[in-house]
Amino acid sequence: MNFDFSDEQKQLRDEARRFLSENCTPKHVRAILEGKDTYDRALWKGLAELGLIGVAIPEEFGGAGAGRLELCVVAEELGRALAPVPYSSTVYLAAELLMLAGSDAQKQAWLPKIASGDAIGTLALAEGIGDPTPQSIKTTAAGGKVSGTKTLVPDGGIADFAIVVAREGLFLVELNGAGVSRENVETVDPTRNHARIVFNGAAGEPLGAGADAWSLVNNVLDRAAVLVAFEQIGGSDRALEMGRDYALDRIAFGRPIGSFQAIKHMLADMYVAATLARSNAYYGAWALSTDAGELAEAAANARVSATQAYQLCSKNNTQVHGGMGFTWEFDCHLYYRRSNLLALTLGSLTMWENRLIDEMRKRNAAA
Amino acid sequence: MNFDDTPQEAEFRALARKWIEANRPDDLMRDLAAADEIKDRDQRTAALVKASKAWQKKKADAGFACLTWPKEYGGRAATPIQRVIWDQEEGKYGALSGPFAIGQGMCGPTVMAYATEDQKRRYLPPLASGEEVWCQLFSEPAGGSDLAGLRTKAEKDGDDWIINGQKIWTTGAHFSDYGILITRTDPTLPKHKGLTMFFLDMRSPGVEVRPIKQASGHSGFNEVYFTNVRIPDAQRLGKVNDGWNVSLTTLMNERFSIGARLATGVPEFFDFASGVKMADGSLAIEDKAVRENLATWAARANGLKYTSYRAISSLSRGERPGPENSIGKLVAAPMMQDIAMYALELQGQMGAVARDDASPSGKLYQMLYGAIGMRIAGGTDEVMRNIIAERVLGLPGDIRVDKDLPFNQVPTKGR
Repeated sequence: MNFDFSDEQKQLRDEARRFLSENCTPKHVRAILEGKDTYDRALWKGLAELGLIGVAIPEEFGGAGAGRLELCVVAEELGRALAPVPYSSTVYLAAELLMLAGSDAQKQAWLPKIASGDAIGTLALAEGIGDPTPQSIKTTAAGGKVSGTKTLVPDGGIADFAIVVAREGLFLVELNGAGVSRENVETVDPTRNHARIVFNGAAGEPLGAGADAWSLVNNVLDRAAVLVAFEQIGGSDRALEMGRDYALDRIAFGRPIGSFQAIKHMLADMYVAATLARSNAYYGAWALSTDAGELAEAAANARVSATQAYQLCSKNNTQVHGGMGFTWEFDCHLYYRRSNLLALTLGSLTMWENRLIDEMRKRNAAA
Repeated sequence: MNFDDTPQEAEFRALARKWIEANRPDDLMRDLAAADEIKDRDQRTAALVKASKAWQKKKADAGFACLTWPKEYGGRAATPIQRVIWDQEEGKYGALSGPFAIGQGMCGPTVMAYATEDQKRRYLPPLASGEEVWCQLFSEPAGGSDLAGLRTKAEKDGDDWIINGQKIWTTGAHFSDYGILITRTDPTLPKHKGLTMFFLDMRSPGVEVRPIKQASGHSGFNEVYFTNVRIPDAQRLGKVNDGWNVSLTTLMNERFSIGARLATGVPEFFDFASGVKMADGSLAIEDKAVRENLATWAARANGLKYTSYRAISSLSRGERPGPENSIGKLVAAPMMQDIAMYALELQGQMGAVARDDASPSGKLYQMLYGAIGMRIAGGTDEVMRNIIAERVLGLPGDIRVDKDLPFNQVPTKGR
């Protein structure tokens, strides 16, 4: 059994970490949080130049031609560094959907631009409160003219194109064309852009015609859930380290606060949750990289575990920091914000819990 | 990333599988199940130990006992990963190894590290083959989590030591032939410094074993009383007053059990919730709250399984597994307690009915009590958190007010 990443994959992780430690410090993250820019353009360009955006895109479409395991290690580092770039929507959602169901012309048109950092893509799925279902989709695409309102769309304010889920199927829509209006929506984590997009007869090109659109959506959500789980375990580990370091340095009652069991046990619980989430994410990575029949269950399992771990780690990190954790100046809230956003993106924890139980029941019924 | 065996691993797995298939102890498993039904403790113990010893001897004769031990001490000189593969293949039959777990897992490595060559050749092979059973005499009424607070005295008398005192929570003392025993040899030294380790014959005059009835109603462990028990100095393990360091060898082995089959309650609860109907006639597993809880627990149980896969992968590469394996019991035990109570709670008042049987709800009922012990045995939840915080995360140890005091000046009463 080799239930671990290879030396080459670990090397890629180290390279990504080195690059991000210089180009994506908390200062860079704060520049997006506090400034007018909606994402870090220099970082996006740098990631493209290193080949990290197109890491899993085939070479014939301008990518590095590596696999999903490589994508997982990059995702972990982006999560750890809180990278304020439209990576998850462009790579986990748009590029994955193009590779799963796009026509050759669609792949040719968009994948090279994604890999080079020249195009941002996203998936326009949800339409308001609640987790999306086939019944909740009201957007139509009669005669290829897409009409409807999508809220929230991750990176919807900065994306060049979106794959829109309509009643008739999936449609690729260029967002700078006619019939599209959009406005940014402020979220719990302003370091990642979100928008409401109104389509009013926008030109849409069918994507994956003939396939069952809702299964495609579910499949891409499963794939993205594994990758977001890696972002979450990256963030969990960093929050745990911050809490541990503060507990070692901060003196109260004449001793480091990390010598008090109340603090120690909080940090131990964070370690336990982060370890479980990491192991579950690895299983998700295996299922994703091998297109295993277990992917849906593995993805839900990784997602539930990683969401719970990041929630615990980011909350407890703030708590260990005491009053300082509540200040704007300390970085605790950056992780707290991101953990809350990632807990909601791709659907609620409840939705993923339900998916996990459904998949467990299917497996048991088949056994 | 894959779950495949290396060619060498596959070869060993085939060998193990073939031997187990040819020697399947199904009759002994039936004896074991039948033993469980016997009410009288002595008779039950005798039946359980007999079935277990028969399987252990058979394995030993074929070279499948204590696999990682050297051959001259009854082992196979196998690699740690071969040991893991054996356990996987042995599967449910591993239940027949219960009586030997502490002796082979903890006493054996300590004897191997500290006994003389003659002693090792005398005692280790029968320990491996199950012909002699060992127990570990560590905890005391005054020294559990604070093990170094122990008070059992050993005083030198010629070539012998005279032991007086009491041990507690001693698993299997009532069917053990030998035990390793930690004692206090110098109470004027600070508590960790005046301890000495021995091994002894459990049938020595002055040793008295008394069962402890557990909250679950079972009786797996004991109090052991020592009244003027004589142990030859030749049975000392390690130097006089160096017993603390010797005990660390033993305890390190306690916490180093890879791929251990830890019960979590999740499969039992899944079966239970898939079968039990709520008041409105729907299955429990279709209830929103049940699904949310089960998903959280299932993800934790899965996380434990995949964490052990990571440790197995380290072993497979010939590396020592990382510290992530220390989380097992801390995750499994409290979860099992929560799951068991939740299963009763779902049945409303009917949940109060005792069901000590093989049905899913019967198993969960047993877990409700078993979990209390699991949260305490081998390091309480709190001790496990301290270990993770100090040894994995590198946080400072707690302030120990008695650390440098001569042991005979340490306070003994709270108020």
